[in-house]
This record gives sequence, C-alpha cells and structure tokens, in this order.
Amino acid sequence: MLSRRNPQLNVHGELIHLLSIEGLPKAVLTQILDTAGTFLSVNDRDVKKVPLLRGKSVFNLFFENSTRTRTTFEIAAKRLSADVINLDIAKSSTAKGESLLDTIANLSAMHADMFIVRHAESGAPYLIAQHVAPHVHVVNAGDGRHAHPTQGLLDMYTIRHFKQDFSQLTVAIVGDIVHSRVARSDIHALTTLGVPEIRAVGPKTLVPGDLSAMGVRVCHSMEEGIKGADVIIMLRLQNERMSGAMLPSAGEFYKSYGLTPQKLALAKPDAIVMHPGPINRGVEIASDVADGTHSVILPQVTFGIAVRMAVMSTIAGNQA
Amino acid sequence: MKILIRNGRVIDPGNANDRGRDEIADIAIASGRIVSIGAATAFDADRVIDATGLVVAPGLVDLAARLREPGQEHEGMLESELAAAAAGGVTSLVCPPDTDPVLDEPGLVEMLKFRARKLSRCRVFPLGALTRGLQGQALTEMAELTEAGCIGFAQADVPVTDSLVLLRALQYAATFGYTVWLRPLDAWLGKGIAASGAVATRLGLAGVPVVAETVAMHTLFELVRVTKARVHLCRLSSAAGVALLRAAKAEGLPVTADVSINNLHLTDVDIGYFNPDMRLLPPLRQGADRDALRAALADGTLDALVSDHNPVAEDMKNLPFGEAEPGATGLELLLSLALRWGQDSGLPLTTTLARVTHGPVRVLGDALGSLASSAGRLVEGGVADVCVFDPAVDWVVTPQQLASQGKHTPFSFASTGMAMPGRVRATLVAGTLAYELPAAPGGNT
Repeated sequence: MLSRRNPQLNVHGELIHLLSIEGLPKAVLTQILDTAGTFLSVNDRDVKKVPLLRGKSVFNLFFENSTRTRTTFEIAAKRLSADVINLDIAKSSTAKGESLLDTIANLSAMHADMFIVRHAESGAPYLIAQHVAPHVHVVNAGDGRHAHPTQGLLDMYTIRHFKQDFSQLTVAIVGDIVHSRVARSDIHALTTLGVPEIRAVGPKTLVPGDLSAMGVRVCHSMEEGIKGADVIIMLRLQNERMSGAMLPSAGEFYKSYGLTPQKLALAKPDAIVMHPGPINRGVEIASDVADGTHSVILPQVTFGIAVRMAVMSTIAGNQA
Repeated sequence: MKILIRNGRVIDPGNANDRGRDEIADIAIASGRIVSIGAATAFDADRVIDATGLVVAPGLVDLAARLREPGQEHEGMLESELAAAAAGGVTSLVCPPDTDPVLDEPGLVEMLKFRARKLSRCRVFPLGALTRGLQGQALTEMAELTEAGCIGFAQADVPVTDSLVLLRALQYAATFGYTVWLRPLDAWLGKGIAASGAVATRLGLAGVPVVAETVAMHTLFELVRVTKARVHLCRLSSAAGVALLRAAKAEGLPVTADVSINNLHLTDVDIGYFNPDMRLLPPLRQGADRDALRAALADGTLDALVSDHNPVAEDMKNLPFGEAEPGATGLELLLSLALRWGQDSGLPLTTTLARVTHGPVRVLGDALGSLASSAGRLVEGGVADVCVFDPAVDWVVTPQQLASQGKHTPFSFASTGMAMPGRVRATLVAGTLAYELPAAPGGNT
C-alpha cells in the first residue's frame, strides 16, 4: 500500500519534504536542530551567506497572507544563496480561477526546485507533494489547522537552547489549541523528543477533551495548567475568535487565560515564555511578561531563520 | 426473447411469509417474466446462459445512486452511469433530486424517466425534491411529481433548517402516503468536513460530531410521532444513530433506514494523508460506529445497503481534502462489498443478498406499483430482473476500468489493497440482457 507510506520520507527514511512533524523519527528532528546550530553562526557573520542552495529556485507560495513567516523563509533561502521568488497567490491566479495543481504545474515548468507553501486548507501541501516532480521539494509553511512544522522545530530549538534536556520537562501550551497548527506541530515534536508532560490549557471551546488523544493533558484551568511548568507556549488568539460562539470577549479570555506576572509566578522560577507571534498584548499575554526576563519570544525569531535554513538544506540534499 | 439460465445456484431472499430459496435450478424467462424455476425440460430458449458454479440472484436494488443528469454531465451521464449499474448487477436504482436544476418540476422527472427507459439498462426511480430548489422553504407539488414518476421526496444532503417547514412537509406527505427520505443531519452541527474524533483532531480537519446525526434524528422522530409520516433515513453513520433507530423501530414508528458501502467498510483512519477519495458524506467515523452499522445491517435494523454512487470529476476531487467534492463511485462495487460484509459477518447468502434486493424493495413499498410484489426476488410469474455472478472470483478495483464516468473510489486497490469477492457475469432487466461480462482471453479474473 504505497500511498500509506509517509510521503515526506524517501525509501531510505530521509526527509525529502517537510509536511508535518507527525511520523518523523526523533533522529530526523535532532539532526535538523543540530544543523540549525551550525547555521546560527552564519547569521552573525559579516557576509551572511553559504552556497548550499546556489542556483536553486525557491518559490514562496503563500495562498494565505503572511508577512513574518514568508520573510523568514525568504531570508533563510537567500542566506543559502538560493534565488527566491515570492508569489502572492491569494491575489493572483486563484482569483482567476486556476486550480492549485495547475498553479503548481505552471511554476514547475519554470524549473522550481522547492516550494514553500502556506494554504488555508489542512493537507494542501500533501496534495502538492504528491504531484511535483521527484527532484522538487515541498515545505509546509502552515496548512489550515493542521501543521506548521518549521515553527514546531524552531520552538524545539528554543527549548533545547534554554533547557538542554527534553526528558524532564513540563510544557504548557495555552490558548486556542483546536484551531492552531502551531500547537499540533509543537505537540508532535514534544512527544517525539520525549517530553513527559505536555499540557493543553484553555476553555472547552478551544481545548476540547478529545485533544487528549494526541498525548496531552487537557487543563481547563490556567492555574492547573501552568503550575510547575518549565516552558509556557502562549498561542495567538485570532481576531475572529475573540467574540462569537467560541469566546465572549478578548477581555474575558485575558482574565481567565491571559499570562500575567501573577500567573507566571505559578510556573518554575526559571520557566521560559514562548509565543509564535505576532503577539496580542493584553489579550493572551501581559506586556510585562512579553518584555520580561522569562520571555524568549525574540530569540525564537532569530532561531527561526537558522532552523529554516537547516530544513531547506536538509531536504534539498535528499532525493526522492 | 426467451432466455434459459441453466444449472445456477438460485437465491431468492424470500420475505416474511416465505423462507426463500437457495438451490440449484434452471430459470426460464419469457416476455420479461420468470416462467419457471426448477428443472426446465421443455423450454425452447433463444439463448441459454450456463450458470454452472454461478449464483443466480435477483437484480440489485440500489436506493442511492446519483446519475448527474440533468445539469452535471461533466461528472456523469445516464449512458455511463446506467452502464455502470448494469455492470454492477443493479437493475433498479433510486436517484436523489440534487441535480441542476433540482428535480422539483414534473417535466424534469418525466424527461429523466424517458431518457432512462430508452437506454433500458436499469430501472430508474427518481426522488422528487421535498422543497422547491431544495431550499427548505416552499413545498413542491408532490402529487404532480408522484404522477410524473417520483417514488418519494427528499432533500439529498441539504437539511431543512426550519422545523416548521419540516413539520408541514411531513404532514403534507403523510396526507397522501408519500415517503419522505432524509439524511439525519443538523445543519449547524454538521458543518465540518471529517467525523469528530482523534483523526480529525490530529489532521486539523473541522469535525462533524455524532450529535449532528442524533439531534436531527430526535427531532425527526418527534415529528414522525405527531404526523405519522413514513420516513426513510438515508446514510446512517454512527453507533448512537443506530441505537436511536433500533428504539424507534421497537416503538413502532414508520421508519426505515440505509447505510452506504463506504460507512460499512471504512473508518476515519482510512483518510490517511488527506486522501480526497475518502472525502465522503456522511463522513467516515470510528471503528465502533462501523461495527454497529455492520451489526445493524445484519440483524435488519438497517433495511438496505446502498452504493451512494456519486461520480465526481477529476478536477473536483484533486483538491485539498476540505475543498474536494464529497462522493465516490459505487454502483459497480455494491455487490462485492455486500458479499464481503456478509462473509465477514458469517451470514447466509440469502441474508446478505436480501439487504441489496428485497430489503430495499420493502423500503420502496407501494411506490413501486405492480413491481412491488416481485422486484428484489426470484419467483415464478415475477419480473425477470436477474443478476448472475461468480462467487468464486476475486477482483481488484482499477478505477480506469470502471464503466462509470466517476473514477474516484476509496476501494481502489492502490489505496486499500482490498480484494473484491464476486464478479457479475450477466444482468437481466425485464428479461433482457443489460450486461454480459466479456469473455477475457486466458481467464476472467
């Protein structure tokens, strides 16, 4: 049953696409994190370039708007000496009625070597990966609610940087877990790397009980959720969820689940606070906390470039 | 034309008063009817079909097959889909009204019936729209539509959200004794794209909870209690839904129900890596739901197994999972998937075949008119709708070889690795050959 094989791995078990953290062996994750470490120094040089992707064309295909993620991918690709083409698909071909696979076929005819894809539908990068030529690689830059694997990896890099060992940690992920691709990728990565306690914290509308099937402890109380935590990952609350049937108001959410200095005091004294950004001050996180000594939000961004360089150079070196 | 089907294993599923038949016999057919079942000695046949080693069963009756005409010919046409029916041993089918335009005008129904009759591959029984344009607001002209050939009234996959309209529709249908066919689905709870559960959570697909089905069933049963309308529940998907149905039948409510081949054999785990062939309505649920559906079909709580045939064009399916059009081709798989379920459940062949022959005919009831007494059965003097199949042959589904214009099926060998038991050898509709398996050089597997 060929189609059941994990489509991101070749027959040798090497990574050829990065579509999801789920199903990736621990060794693959660790290798990417190690490689990212070597790229960090490149970013500190005067000439911030290595020639690993020289002559390769990387297409940023963002079917959903994004500035931050697209920019970090662009920087990462350029530091690997690739040619980067940014396509704002949300405003071009799909608006003219072109299908996703037709768009891919057209860009492939322009000799693309790698697609960085963001799409509003869960699973869209899988469809693309199944239809590209064998030498073309696909990186999922966020698909629907499903996965955001490079964010997951950079979060792991950040945790490893500050905590070294995964095997004793308690990690709390707080907020809109059900709609979050970041949370899913973090949960799969943390599970694979051996974190013994992962907590998903939020109200029942955003953290339903069946999340426990992913190997997390579901907590509906913030106090229970962050007590004794080593790592707290706050998620961004999307504007459209701040009022309606999911939540009555941003203010009420902040009161119950916003990370304030008082609540942070329940965590371990050396706890780190992470956030995939962009942050909503006063909605999910207090400014005192976001800018405080526990916050590692800006190092996350720096590590993100090195991690994306590691992902792109790794998959470009493996053949389907 | 006089046809003799010689020496086959004749299966008649029987009915409440009759235990049916499972014996080696000859069937003599003339003028569209079965003249005799037994040893045919002096029958001067124009054509003899040697059924030695084969099963001779009633033609299959499929309560849910979309033909895509009128209006969706790029996805399917009567020629291709009725050829698929014949190749699948299906001699009667019911098609839902969600065509374009919707089957809410007698003229459209008459045209469809006329076109289907001209092809004489399979009997076609359209369901009329329950509300105009399926919009859930105004009732259709049910009496006129019945006269034009509709055998009941349905909403396809579009729930009626206004419960007052639903009450009125049931009252009106009950006045004339029409059956209302509804898929139990709460419009608000049912907005997701995959069944709620661990798989949907993991894949980040919006969930359809079981309560989307059971809330709608509770509402419907309350309305059936006050209106006494006869309701057929289409495509149950959950164990909880099966339990409600069982209780409603025990209470004596005039309800029947069916399940599709997809929900009978697959679960949400089969979605794999977002395989759009698994994008189906209702969505595939968990193993416990599938087991409950299988048990309920075996004990007769579920009356019929349907193909839920829905040919979908390539460009509508090759999309991200949530954007892919739901549906799968199924007419040519119905027999094999019934047999597979029957084998897995250890059922006698008469019971297995009853769920795709006499069971669906009982659901249709008087709406079939003169056919009601003998369709879905093999009886002397009855209509000669017959399916001859080889129970010993396993085959695998290669989508490009299907007669249907729809090439998408979750049961393709490539995605499930599943072998299909039983191969249709010949299909007779009203005593005329509608399909015959071409002789293959070097064997027929």
